[in-house]
Amino acid sequence: MPHDDPDHPHSLLPSDPALRVKALETILTAKGLVDPAALDAILETYEEKVGPHLGARVVARAWSDSAFRDRLLADATAAVAELGISGRQGEHVVAVENTPETHNMVVCTLCSCYPWPLLGIPPAWYKSDAYRARAVREPRKVLAEFGVALPEGQSVRVWDSTAEVRYLVVPMRPEGSEGLDEAALAALVTRDSMIGTGLPERPA
Amino acid sequence: MSRVHDMGGRYGDGAVVPEPQDAPPFAVDWHRKALALTLAAGGLGAWNIDTSRHARECLAPKDYARFSYYEKWLAALADLLVAKGLVTRAELAAGRADPAPLHARAFRAEAVGAALARRVPYARPGPAPRFAVGDRVRTRLPARNAFVAGGHTRLPSYAAGQTGTVVLVHGPHVLPDTNAHGLGENPEPLYTVAFAATDLWGAAEGPGDEVTLDLWQSYLEAP
Repeated sequence: MPHDDPDHPHSLLPSDPALRVKALETILTAKGLVDPAALDAILETYEEKVGPHLGARVVARAWSDSAFRDRLLADATAAVAELGISGRQGEHVVAVENTPETHNMVVCTLCSCYPWPLLGIPPAWYKSDAYRARAVREPRKVLAEFGVALPEGQSVRVWDSTAEVRYLVVPMRPEGSEGLDEAALAALVTRDSMIGTGLPERPA
Repeated sequence: MSRVHDMGGRYGDGAVVPEPQDAPPFAVDWHRKALALTLAAGGLGAWNIDTSRHARECLAPKDYARFSYYEKWLAALADLLVAKGLVTRAELAAGRADPAPLHARAFRAEAVGAALARRVPYARPGPAPRFAVGDRVRTRLPARNAFVAGGHTRLPSYAAGQTGTVVLVHGPHVLPDTNAHGLGENPEPLYTVAFAATDLWGAAEGPGDEVTLDLWQSYLEAP
């Protein structure tokens, strides 16, 4: 397609974004290009079915089942499928495990690539210019803005998702979680801990 | 920097402001509709993921900077619909169109659940990898699309001309640089390459800090 159309068609739409959506919806449904019922079905998927609870199940399983952890680190695409997790933007999954030596953190500087089938719709901060611009150069300052300070001696590895590989951070299992079952462990796994901008909660 | 979206390492954007982790996935109602419309229109199959990324990148810098995330999606959607001949400029300007029956390729409600739960892999049969884990590689300089001037590429400027170490070998994947422009999938071996933060930025925030990127074989050469 020709790029750099000097006269972008989108500028013909109303400037208010809510009205812009309405105009596009009106046009696309009138022309039969979009099935109105499909819009509801799409939203049902991302508002009710998919979310960070799925990624948390993966992490909790890895914490409690060392054979699963090994499979997850060797081939996360296959390992998450064992738990029935699949879908768009989760075609090629790599799990990266935090250790006392290395803290992992995920960004997409060029757009906002994110493991939707594991974590749902990305939060606004993940898509913000500030996060995209700064996570690669000053990850520790960004972590401080999330209230996270890494211990001395732990290096940071930032994964810039520039292809169709989607990264899931496996945080370190928190102290005091011994003896918890998988469901209780999953409740400790926050969304941000699986992006690498947070740490799991500690057991009460 | 070739395009405004290529912002990795940029200064001046201010603090990251995390919202609560239990915030709803969409802050306002029109965000929901913007996402749903974009995915539904994508279901027509008139463009691929690389084409849609490039459409967002081609927004004018002043628009890219002032638009929120979903406004970028909407603007790129409108531009793609016109570029592909699915919607006319007159229809966009009028905010309406004459009624027509449901398109044969429209994404139908009953197909949505299964389609979104399906993986659409980007791995393809293709050439054997030239590099192995542990190899040192140097990235293209400048970062650019070698097929189309100003075209789509996934090598960010901050990592251009840098030497790093292969940490993962993924096998051949669809090459965005051609796929975005209707020039074919042209699968190439894909690698994850780790770069020392000291090399990228001159000084690292902490000892041993690294940044990894996923890079296609034609972006790389032996140093």
